Amino acid sequence: MIWIDTIIQGILLGGLYALFAAGLSLVFGIMRLVNLAHGDLIVFAAYLILLLVSLLGLSPFLAVIIAAPIMFGVGWALQRHVLNRVLGPDILPPLLVTFGLSVVLQNALMEGFSADSQRLPAGDIATASVQVGGLNLGVLPLLTFASAILVIVGLNQLFYRTELGRAFRATSDDAVTAGLMGIRPDRIFATATAIAMLVVTLAALYLGMRANFDPNIGPARLIYAFEAVIIGGLGSLWGTLVGGVIIGVAQTVGAAINPEWQILAGHLAFLIVLLIKPRGLFPRALD
Amino acid sequence: MSLLETHALTARYGDFQALFGLDIHLEQGETVAIIGANGAGKSTLMRSISGVLENGADQVCFQGEPIGNLPASEIMARGVAMVPEGRRLFPSLSVEENLLIGTYGRKVQGHWSLQTIFDLFPILKERRNHPGTALSGGQQQMVAIGRALMSNPRVLLCDEISLGLAPVVIKDIYAAVPRIQEAGASLIVVEQDIGQALKVSDRVYCMMEGRVTLEGTADTLSREAIHDAYFGGAAA
Repeated sequence: MIWIDTIIQGILLGGLYALFAAGLSLVFGIMRLVNLAHGDLIVFAAYLILLLVSLLGLSPFLAVIIAAPIMFGVGWALQRHVLNRVLGPDILPPLLVTFGLSVVLQNALMEGFSADSQRLPAGDIATASVQVGGLNLGVLPLLTFASAILVIVGLNQLFYRTELGRAFRATSDDAVTAGLMGIRPDRIFATATAIAMLVVTLAALYLGMRANFDPNIGPARLIYAFEAVIIGGLGSLWGTLVGGVIIGVAQTVGAAINPEWQILAGHLAFLIVLLIKPRGLFPRALD
Repeated sequence: MSLLETHALTARYGDFQALFGLDIHLEQGETVAIIGANGAGKSTLMRSISGVLENGADQVCFQGEPIGNLPASEIMARGVAMVPEGRRLFPSLSVEENLLIGTYGRKVQGHWSLQTIFDLFPILKERRNHPGTALSGGQQQMVAIGRALMSNPRVLLCDEISLGLAPVVIKDIYAAVPRIQEAGASLIVVEQDIGQALKVSDRVYCMMEGRVTLEGTADTLSREAIHDAYFGGAAA
């Protein structure tokens, strides 16, 4: 029973990693941009929610409703005025710019909020649990996993059922020809990053309620997200969820054997998947 | 005032100059063919007009307005659509989605809709849910033409639409041209097949090495003059 419990906790943790990764996957899928500041943007959003919680006395769930449109705007402006200028056939400039952004964000957050770790006040929900078939499942992890599923279903609907989604796919295929069809790739890219920042805000909510955070934890979140995206097969959203779950399960199983093995086990699972399936479990060409 | 005109249009790829001061014009209701050998600059001309390559504002005018420095999306929105060389369908999109992308972000009014495109090329209706790139070359070309028509353009630029297709397929594709003309579009057709170009067009420009070497109506140009303009010679 204890192993079943461990695996289920791992699956639910995978939901959080999938939330970290979905935005990264979206942006990579559309513009082949690896945003090295993705983890720091999650932490930035967590501080934004924290600020709203402390200034306005709101619950984090309400604060996220205000934070989401702000992050949408941040994503739009970041893409439109910074990242679009460096996108091109050479992949190095966007990597360097987002790496620089990562450093700037970490230091700005350190300056503004100090290195002290913080936590979003989740209230009763942090400790609430439900009994399912003899297992005690935390409400917060369940909510996190459900949110990840909703986000992925929502993004898939957006991608495959809407006019904007068609434009996303067309621009991803061939930005020059998309321009000939009346699509402005720069705006499409800005919209995609803005939507990715909505997902980032949601990820930040659960990150901040689940555990402590400080300005320096962004890069590690980026690595979990990155591993989930790569395990899933670059650009496949359901694959990203599976990737998140694999890392989550590996981490909880590793921790159950020896608490020191938690992080290492996640990375090992990533390496094993890469050895067996170098293109990830659901490469985009097979979508 | 011509519907579309270029004034001393030049184009460069880095140090290489591809077009040298081109002056061409297209009148309302007209079909103009651009002929010339490989490397003559025909596709560069199409890319310049459609906004893939940026020019000086006044070097390309549409309905009297300078459009030379506008992005491709804006030129398309104003009514100049292109069927690009090599078709360039979107592999992630089905046939129907490829067609619908031609109307992205705006309500277009006019003759062309999904229904009228399917009337023009009935095979596309049968294949509407197939990935665009899973079709035969000729069918892909039909999608590329339909996709451009969906925006109900005033000017349709067709870049080498017969390239790589079997003669019988080319005949089918060109059979659609009169219906496109009747629906109100004026056409610029880039074509290596001189016979085909002369058949569909009112006027012909022949290009060589980035310059127009001959201009005239299909019925007044002699074979010799075209030959000389195409390959270089005394008449040019």
